[in-house]
Amino acid sequence: MKLQTWLAAGLLAVATAAHAQAPIRIGAFLSVTGPAAFLGDPEQKTLELYVERLNAAGGVLGRKLELVAYDSGGDAEKARTFAKRLIEQDKVDVIVGGSTTGETMAVVPLVEAAGLPFISLAGAVVIVEPVKKWVFKTPHTDRMACDKIFVDMKARGISKAALISGSGGFDKSMRGQCLGVAKNHGIDIVADETYGAGDTDMTAQLTKIKNAAGVQAVLNAGFGQGPAIVTKNYKQLGIGVPLYQSHGVASKQYIQLAGDAAEGVRLPAAALLVAESLPDSDAQKPVVVSYKQAYEARFKQDVSTFGGHAYDGLMLAVEAMKKAGSTDKAKVRDALEQVRGYMGTAGVVNMSAQDHMGLDLSAFRMLEVRKGDWALVK
Amino acid sequence: MSAELAQYLLSGLTVGAIYALVALGFSIIYNASHVINFAQGEFVMIGGMATVSLLGAGLPLAPAALAAVALAALIGLLLARFAVQPARGASVVTLIIITIGASILLRGLASLVWDKRIHALPAFSGEAPIAVAGATLAPQSLWVIGVAALIVGGLWGFFNRTLTGKAILAVSHNRLAAQLMGISVRRVLLVSFALSAALGALAGILIAPITFTSWDVGVMLGLKGFAAAILGGMGSGPGAVVGGLTLGLLESLGAGYVSSAYKDAIAFIVMLVVLMLMPGGLLGGRAAERV
Repeated sequence: MKLQTWLAAGLLAVATAAHAQAPIRIGAFLSVTGPAAFLGDPEQKTLELYVERLNAAGGVLGRKLELVAYDSGGDAEKARTFAKRLIEQDKVDVIVGGSTTGETMAVVPLVEAAGLPFISLAGAVVIVEPVKKWVFKTPHTDRMACDKIFVDMKARGISKAALISGSGGFDKSMRGQCLGVAKNHGIDIVADETYGAGDTDMTAQLTKIKNAAGVQAVLNAGFGQGPAIVTKNYKQLGIGVPLYQSHGVASKQYIQLAGDAAEGVRLPAAALLVAESLPDSDAQKPVVVSYKQAYEARFKQDVSTFGGHAYDGLMLAVEAMKKAGSTDKAKVRDALEQVRGYMGTAGVVNMSAQDHMGLDLSAFRMLEVRKGDWALVK
Repeated sequence: MSAELAQYLLSGLTVGAIYALVALGFSIIYNASHVINFAQGEFVMIGGMATVSLLGAGLPLAPAALAAVALAALIGLLLARFAVQPARGASVVTLIIITIGASILLRGLASLVWDKRIHALPAFSGEAPIAVAGATLAPQSLWVIGVAALIVGGLWGFFNRTLTGKAILAVSHNRLAAQLMGISVRRVLLVSFALSAALGALAGILIAPITFTSWDVGVMLGLKGFAAAILGGMGSGPGAVVGGLTLGLLESLGAGYVSSAYKDAIAFIVMLVVLMLMPGGLLGGRAAERV
């Protein structure tokens, strides 16, 4: 009798294991090389790390996860080709990827036609506005960054600001969004300057801003070395009014590059950057601290919010699959749309049929550079 | 002079000196081989990135910089020996395309050997801005401008006073005649690549505190340096400097008085006009016909 039970249990286990062998396939196309490598590189590392960790913990729905990742090199055309391959050959269950807005938008028609849940890791608001049935995204939008900055300016009694931005896609998009929402906050943009992608000196633009009448604060939209050069030139010219940067430079690297000149600069960013200094009462603290420690222990480099977006994307997909109880594409999509109160590295995610990003302004923290480190602005 | 104008001029001179340093490297190789070496920007990158990584390994700045310059010179030698020389029978256009390939290879290698992050070098003599006529100048800019001036002087001496320098000029004027006079064209090519690589690396180190450095910093700097070299007159040392400074000033004055969105366009339009009127560039009088 005993023996029979054991045998039956054993058989059942073997059967389940055989059934469980087909892994859940997570597809990804990321800019691991090329100009957007600083986005794609931490994203890829994060996906690898957490697919490993999820598998070590027994996988999802009793099945292992398998990551199928391609390097799209920041090229929208390549992104399209790889997305096609993910859909048609690799037959993935969900796509988490698209480091840049350009790559994401190139792939949107494909996933919409194929009916495959797609969680993008790119910033621009056009990805989820208007809402596309199968497309979701994890990072904050540039419009939210503008809102957050203008709210902070208003609180400091600032009503006239100058804008300086780079010429990249992110910079231009954020510049447009900021110009669009400035009026809502009662902020006048009194100067609007730009600089080129490889520019090595922005003192000319900043001199113009310095001499523009009534400037009370300056906002720099951009990422890469540009904002660090702006910050240094800003200090060199002795411009006294507050300088705001965008979430595009939300990494330690910015402080290292700009050095002392970064002191006092404010920017909106996800809580991840100040993980350890969050109050213990903060519900987001355990999530960001655990991700930060796992990432830094494994890769020996500072965590960035970009990798965090990939973490959120993967975890949202897993959450949706668990909730749907299957990897059925339509069910997973519906479950994604119903995610409420999910705590990610970017903030609390409350998806809905109208909102496929699910973040609000509370997801951004206003940070200030103090003594070479990020500090929370109360 | 208004403080505003003074600031634009100082900014223009700083940027212009950077372009001039890169342009000088183009000129040397062009002199020796009539090849426009599009990997010149990569030498600039190697100088900056190698210094950053050696500093990180604990070396003081001066030895790190020297080692980085030596490394770049070695890479320049290897490039000349194994990529350019084997194809010496090919047309100049083919050689130029080889250098483009080399630049892509060097960028790729740099992103693997080092990383894809942006790095900064500490300024050589502090960051306290120097006030001039109501405008300010970073001390590092003086380093860039000063060293650019020294290099121009040094190169003038090299090309006019030393046998090797004269040999390079001779090859540039007439390769066959130079060869018949017993000048080793092979050696001239090697020396010129090593020299311009070293020069590029030196530029990369000097400007890294201002512009930062990363695996792909050479792309834009290379392009601007190339534009400066053309503007000043390809192959002319003083021309490279004049071209660089002119380009830098045009950009900064364009950004200041017209529109920062069109500053590159303004600079390039002026450049086109100059080249239409003076096809040899500002100081490129020596437009020797190659028959």
